[in-house]
Amino acid sequence: MTSPTVFAAVGEVGKDFFKERTTDTLPCQSTDKLFCWDWARENFDRYETPLRQHVELVLISVAIGFAIAFALALLSHRHRWLRPPFLLGTGVLYTIPSIAFFFLLLPLTGRGRDTAIIALSAYTLQIIYRNTIIGLDNVSKSAVEAARGIGMTDRQILWKVEIPLARPEIFAGLQIATVSTVAIATLATFARGGGLGEPIFGGELGIDFKTNIIIAGGLAVLLAAAFGLLLLWLQRLVTPWRRVETE
Amino acid sequence: MPTGEAATDIQPHSGASSVSYVGATKRYGDSELAAVDDLTLEVPAGEICVLVGPSGCGKTTAMRMVNRTVEMSAGDILVGGESVRSKDAAQLRREIGYVIQQIGLFPHRTITENIGTVPQLLGWKRDRIRARSAELLALVGLDPDLGDRYPAQLSGGQQQRVGVARALVADPLVMLMDEPFGAIDPINRERLQNEFLRLQAQVRKTVLFVTHDIDEAIKMGDRIAVMREGGRVEQYATPAELLMAPANEFVEDFVGADRALKRLALMRVSDIDLWEAPLATVGQPTAELRAKLDAPDVEVPYPLLVDDQRRPLGWLSERDLAAPTVPERPDSPLGPVLDRDDVMRDALADMLQGGAQYAAVTDAGGAVVGVLSVEIISEFLVSSAAKVDEHPAVERPLGAEGSDD
Repeated sequence: MTSPTVFAAVGEVGKDFFKERTTDTLPCQSTDKLFCWDWARENFDRYETPLRQHVELVLISVAIGFAIAFALALLSHRHRWLRPPFLLGTGVLYTIPSIAFFFLLLPLTGRGRDTAIIALSAYTLQIIYRNTIIGLDNVSKSAVEAARGIGMTDRQILWKVEIPLARPEIFAGLQIATVSTVAIATLATFARGGGLGEPIFGGELGIDFKTNIIIAGGLAVLLAAAFGLLLLWLQRLVTPWRRVETE
Repeated sequence: MPTGEAATDIQPHSGASSVSYVGATKRYGDSELAAVDDLTLEVPAGEICVLVGPSGCGKTTAMRMVNRTVEMSAGDILVGGESVRSKDAAQLRREIGYVIQQIGLFPHRTITENIGTVPQLLGWKRDRIRARSAELLALVGLDPDLGDRYPAQLSGGQQQRVGVARALVADPLVMLMDEPFGAIDPINRERLQNEFLRLQAQVRKTVLFVTHDIDEAIKMGDRIAVMREGGRVEQYATPAELLMAPANEFVEDFVGADRALKRLALMRVSDIDLWEAPLATVGQPTAELRAKLDAPDVEVPYPLLVDDQRRPLGWLSERDLAAPTVPERPDSPLGPVLDRDDVMRDALADMLQGGAQYAAVTDAGGAVVGVLSVEIISEFLVSSAAKVDEHPAVERPLGAEGSDD
């Protein structure tokens, strides 16, 4: 899955990774072009696996992050005193530098995709949690009062009124979290988590071969944009009443 | 657009229940002053009972204890003879219509879905909910095509009609209305009030209606409970009783100094003895009319010209009477013409507006039944003021309590 030549040991990543190497064997080297179309056409299938890994990393991490953050938000919606500790907790996780996070997890979970996913999920918590509680807070008080007054139970109010009305903010949070996870997931390679980070940081082709880096980086950007648009579309799909308001 | 009449095929509802407060009390924490203190009140089935009073008088609290959105501290409330505490709160609320000032429609649900909320909670079939929602839209005078819109696409007045429809959908035995028209502009408020009264004449629910506006209370209420701080009822009476005989200074103050005028809002033109005008037809010899005017008991000093169906055409002046026969075009204009069913206050306003001393009053067919004069109204006001004076207003020191906030 990962290329062993890059990761002799995680401890040596920096040294090993950024070492200058000979790239004589690579095409386009002599012409010194920024982007080598011929090579790109021939080698595009190289990126299939990193791209798939990247998508998996993002989807799994955001899904886990969403499940946890959403649960925390509902819990602290009912018990408001839980908000400060939850905000602080997810905030602290958010501030840990990502590479440091991977290394901190090493003794616990070792190297590999799981470690990457744990760290990436942790980063999504703050954004999703914060947006969800803001969404729940913004729900019109009169709608909730009416809901209670016409005989909805607390659970029905939550699932039929509050959560649907918080969807715009929840989806906005998911969108930010997903797009930023696409970016941070490029660092998963430092935990041997795979993904587009491998080719972006040179991989077996080295960092002097720009074509490779441009393709891999470009794929990451496109992936982020695709996820962003997809979530925007989903958000509009699940909040039809908001379209008519702006008409 | 269909009006309420379009909905006469609506099933006459299963009925309405009386509401009895039995020493109902609400105390927040261990506060000395109760929000509602030992309230005992009987609201007969099918009537609108208005709870009115200054802010902080506990009227909303008193109303909300019925559906237990505020829980009583002591006492009980019976709906149809059954304690509200004998049921699960959510279950109870589904049987009681609830309308609030902020309307509280669900922005994410279409109008049909909003109206169908309680039926959905009650587990009705989808088709039945749709049909019933359409029925209710028609009942409150809205175009059924609005059913697929979202609340944000409706005006405030339309939204409040949907709020009323949502409260009525499951045929509640009792409706609670908390300042339902308070956030609507005055013109639309009046329309909504009239529409609701017309609706109520059809559905005959027991309605508890909270307002701080005494004029609204007088207009909407079959009975009015005037409340003051601590949730005490100072007087519980029909609007006319309240205006004619306020129980005490607080009520008198709250009802306002213009209560005699307010009584006019409760009367129709036909409720008062009208004057009779000498009627004239075109071509009639004026000598006849002059003879009538010289009679000692004549009340209106001008003859009223009418056509062959007694429809008024105009007033004859001295100059008209100087001619040998009644001319086709009378000298003075007809001025305001009132319908027998007009509200007296509006009739007076029409006359003042037109600068008219007299106004012809007609029946539904347009035929003259009599004449209303400003003098009749002022005599009526004097006589009702005399009745009020049976409870003379005490001279109050400055800063006396009980302003109508």
